Parts: sequence; C-alpha cells; structure tokens
Amino acid sequence: MNPIAAKQPRDMKKPSKLNRSFLLKLELRSHPTLLCVIRGALGPLMEMLGFSEEHNRAIIRSVDEAVSNIMRHSYHGRLDQPIEVYCNRLERRTNGETEEGVEILLFDCGPAVDTTKLEARPLDEIRPGGLGLHIIRGSMDTVQYKRAGRLNRLRLVKFTRLSKGDCGPTEEKSS
Amino acid sequence: MKISARRVDTSTILDVSGNIDMSNSPEVRKALLRELRDKAVTRVALNLTGVAYIDSSGVASLVEGLKASRESGSRFVLFGLNDSAREVLKISRLLKLFEVYDNETQAIAS
Repeated sequence: MNPIAAKQPRDMKKPSKLNRSFLLKLELRSHPTLLCVIRGALGPLMEMLGFSEEHNRAIIRSVDEAVSNIMRHSYHGRLDQPIEVYCNRLERRTNGETEEGVEILLFDCGPAVDTTKLEARPLDEIRPGGLGLHIIRGSMDTVQYKRAGRLNRLRLVKFTRLSKGDCGPTEEKSS
Repeated sequence: MKISARRVDTSTILDVSGNIDMSNSPEVRKALLRELRDKAVTRVALNLTGVAYIDSSGVASLVEGLKASRESGSRFVLFGLNDSAREVLKISRLLKLFEVYDNETQAIAS
C-alpha cells in the first residue's frame, strides 16, 4: 500500500462520494521533473471535457502551481514524497442552466498548512516569488484547502459550458 | 529546456526552448544574471518563441532579470511570448512591467 493510501481520510475511502464522476487519478513523487507529466496528462483530459484552450491553460497552470507548492512548501524539496491528483467531472445547476466542470483534488502527506499564511502577497510589490497562490486563485473558480485526517487536501474547481436544463435549486454535485 | 546565447550587434539574445518550470527555472535565472550582472551587456533580449509553458518560478526569474537590468542600467526585453506566457504575466500583473515585443527584429530595434 502506498503511503497516501495508508493514511487516507474517510472521504477518500468512499468512492460513492468522491469517485462517482471519477475521471483520472495520478500518483507521483515530489520530483519537479514530473511536473511536465502532470501537465501532459491534464491537457488532453480537459480538452476531452470541452474546456476552451484558455480554460485548459488556466487549469493546467493552477495544478502545476499547486503541485509545485506542495513540493516546495509541504515537502521542503524532498524528492520522494507522495502526491495524489484526482480529477472528477462536476455538474452544477443554477437557475435552469447546467454548468459542467472539473474538480481536481490534490493530496499530500506534509505537515498541516498554516492557513494564515495562505494569503497571496500584494502584487504591487515587484519582487520574485510568492506568485503561485495568486495564479491559482486567478485561474480557478474555487480554491479550497482543508486538513483531511493526516493529509493536506487542496480542491480546485473550474466550470465551463453553459447549457439549458431543468429548473432547480443551485447545487454542485458529482455527476 | 534549452537555453543559448548569441550576440546581435550590441545585444545578447537568449534563445529558450521547452518548458520553464520549477525544475529548470534556476537555469534561466543564472543565464539572465550572467549577461546582465556579470557581463554587463547593454541589452538582453529573451526569446520565448520556443517556450510553450512558463510557471511562477520562471516568472520570478524574469523579475530577477528585470531588477538586475535596472540596477546595472541595461535593458531587458522579451519577445515571442505565446498566449500562455502572456496570461501568466497578466495574472501576475507584470505584463506592463516588461518591455514585450512580437519578434526579434522589433526587440533589437527598440
């Protein structure tokens, strides 16, 4: 059993909740040379889901920045630590319109993140570094961090494709 | 990622190809600072025509190059940015900070 599976929180062990719309799972080590592998896997998947080229780039950019942050800040540059990336199809209905999207969950086994440090730095400061979180937030519709048992979980959501559907309450669900 | 330098008149062109991310952005930083700080070249133009992707660590290297150019009184210009590179600079509110040209001819003539 891999290190993350051994520490899975309850919501990762219930496929009926998170995996009903399961599309893709990537397990990788925290080596920066693997970033290109993640980008290479996500591009065709997002294209298949119907995202525009611009949205596709935004999603890839966000996941790349998030995984880079895990490697740098959660694992402090250690190259052999586990990271898991889950991609799920999402559907949301708002005022009779159906929006389809993607939910990307990133898990790592690093220490809990100090959420008070999750603020992006002011962009009027012209200095290198500290841009990753701002890029993620500027590219995705939803960015949520939570400590899930002994894991860090980052949830990224991007919606696209508006289509007419049945009227109903606004809800976000796994399709 | 590959990076190479060539001279055109009084400028140095740094040709980069591949993706710039956390795994190799220090190489970009090193090449930029070598030209701007160590060699004190009057103008360095970074050719990003062959760069498909650049992440925040790559952007940080560009910012370091820009700061080095300001300190040394030289010029640091970019050209050949694709949509992805423009977007990441725009989100970071850095696009207007850099001198950006469409091609090498414009970058050298500027």
